[in-house]
Amino acid sequence: MSRRARLMFFAVAAAALAVTLGVGLAGLPSFGSQVSAYARMLNEVSGRQRHVTDVVSAITFDYRGIDTLFEEFILLGAVTGISVLLRPLSDETRQLPEDKAPDRGIPPPSPAVWLLAVFLSSLLVLTGLETVTHGTLTPGGGFQGGVILASALYVVYLGTNYRTVERYQPDALLESSDGVGAFGYVFIGLLGLMAGDVFLTNVVGLGVTGNPISGGIIPLLNLTVGLEVAGGFAILASEFLDQTAVIRTKTGPR
Amino acid sequence: MSEVIIAVALIWVAASGTAVVLTRDPLRQAFVAGFFGLGLAFLYLSMQAGDVALSQIVVGAIALPLIVLLAMAKVRKDRE
Repeated sequence: MSRRARLMFFAVAAAALAVTLGVGLAGLPSFGSQVSAYARMLNEVSGRQRHVTDVVSAITFDYRGIDTLFEEFILLGAVTGISVLLRPLSDETRQLPEDKAPDRGIPPPSPAVWLLAVFLSSLLVLTGLETVTHGTLTPGGGFQGGVILASALYVVYLGTNYRTVERYQPDALLESSDGVGAFGYVFIGLLGLMAGDVFLTNVVGLGVTGNPISGGIIPLLNLTVGLEVAGGFAILASEFLDQTAVIRTKTGPR
Repeated sequence: MSEVIIAVALIWVAASGTAVVLTRDPLRQAFVAGFFGLGLAFLYLSMQAGDVALSQIVVGAIALPLIVLLAMAKVRKDRE
């Protein structure tokens, strides 16, 4: 395509984008305007109906719980896809890099880094558990807490080395937590059907508003999502780490 | 008061977003993108969207830079 034709093409596309964007922006509610009727209604009724103080949790795990189910399976599908894509191929092998100077040991990370990793990983586990379990009360929930939990594992890698992580990383546990989390959500949804109501009906007792265990199935769904996301993100990181550290093209005759 | 905070957040997002585009080295870009993500989280927080801010922090400041950095380490290793 000549430069002239490309410029013409760009001009047409840019004009079309400007018009669509302009029309779209003109239709937006003005900055700082009142919340929508739907939001106002949910703010009003969710406390009474579901006994939660974090309305966002009530929306994502109850009023539109089926959407969250699909989102969870998007993550499961993505993690599965990454695992398949990043496996050692037929012309690749898993081995640690060749030690070119075996007489010299690898220097361990400095005490400061090591101490930071010990401190940070325990803190991250604690924060992650807090975020997962308090989803019904304060901002946060299974997804955010799950990623925080998984990041504790990255910090262990930061403070030690690949061999240590490889040795202590519970691969089977991570994979099963990914699967159990995803299908736990479906199972809790089926409880509604078993109780003779629709899928994902809030069938468990709602408890007292403000208690950590309140909101019926919402904290349970938070737990399953937390399990799935923590496992999924840890697998994701370890697959990428494997690619970086040990998976390499086979050398010599094939 | 809250308008000032929102204005600061918006300026932060605009400046760091531009910085992400203008950074040419992918390694540095990953870090700048992390700061951009943090700015977005601050913007959401200033508008009282705590849940969205938390999601933004974990995705923008933990997951995304990690995957970018590891992918770049792999590419660099293969080139050697």
